[in-house]
Amino acid sequence: MIDKSDLWIVIIGLGVGSYFLRFAFIGLVGSRHMPPWLLRHLRYTAVAILPALVAPLIVWPAATDGTLDPARLAAAVVTLTIGLITRNVFGAIFAGAVTLYALLYLLG
Amino acid sequence: MSFTTAKTPDLHSVFWRGFRGGTPFVFVVGPFAVLFGVLATEAGLNILETLAFSVVVIAGAAQFTALQLMAEEAPTIIVLASALAVNLRMAMYSASLTPYLGAAPLWKRAFLAYFILDQSYACATVEYEAKPQMTLPERLAYFFGCVAPVVPAWYVCTYIGAVIGTQVPDSWALDFALPITFLALMAPMLRTPAHLVAAFVSILVSLLAAGLPYSMGLLVAGVLAMMAGAQAEVLFDRRKQAQ
Repeated sequence: MIDKSDLWIVIIGLGVGSYFLRFAFIGLVGSRHMPPWLLRHLRYTAVAILPALVAPLIVWPAATDGTLDPARLAAAVVTLTIGLITRNVFGAIFAGAVTLYALLYLLG
Repeated sequence: MSFTTAKTPDLHSVFWRGFRGGTPFVFVVGPFAVLFGVLATEAGLNILETLAFSVVVIAGAAQFTALQLMAEEAPTIIVLASALAVNLRMAMYSASLTPYLGAAPLWKRAFLAYFILDQSYACATVEYEAKPQMTLPERLAYFFGCVAPVVPAWYVCTYIGAVIGTQVPDSWALDFALPITFLALMAPMLRTPAHLVAAFVSILVSLLAAGLPYSMGLLVAGVLAMMAGAQAEVLFDRRKQAQ
């Protein structure tokens, strides 16, 4: 269970930190130039963190006590494939969910 | 006199143009917010806490990251560092909006900074690039127009999700809603070979480093993947120039 005081530390800390990230350049840096190497790294933050967050959830799902689950693995592969081909977030979620439910039902 | 009367309706129309530009994003943000509300209440947060999360942080992917790590009982400092790392792209948005909006008074910049989101950034920059002759007041009006339908939808849908959250049965396998949503959000971001390199390194390192204490594997994987993406970009650019 999530500890309530920790939760508020996270909410407020994340709120202040996120605001600072949004304000940093437009508020503080103004029209000064940004070093290209910094912008280059910032470009990859989302694709660097999000796969690292989901990969263990896909390979070792908590719902199956950490054993590889064919239904969940297949759903992940379908979601990513449809997402890459169609570039459509909803289409990918829908395809992944259908795959997951179909396989959970079939594999019982 | 005629100058001011002519100017005001003009800004109105720019605002509404922005509003129409931002409206399609409601269909992305809405379900994402409902899902956050559902998962947050499933993790034990009450409606107030869930709503506070969305209003204070106003960043979906970072909120999901924090929620997931808190449920795994990761140390608070790791939760904050990881979720902020997900949000580092906001600094990039802030930087790339600066040439367009940086001349606004500080208080306006401080106010609009809160509303820098994936959606408002995407909506506004497309317009600014297409219409370089826009004046600063027009750019501001357009930005807030983009934000106007998106942010209320974010709050309201979080609330709806939090209210229905406790009634969702286990058989819905909602544990997997988060991985599927993140994969679906990620896929369109993999635009260049360098992005693919970053994502690949991220997956590989996170699985190899899963045994690290305090969920540190996520941060290690994130930092290495970021560097790999940046290095790959330099490499691919150099190769392109050599040809």
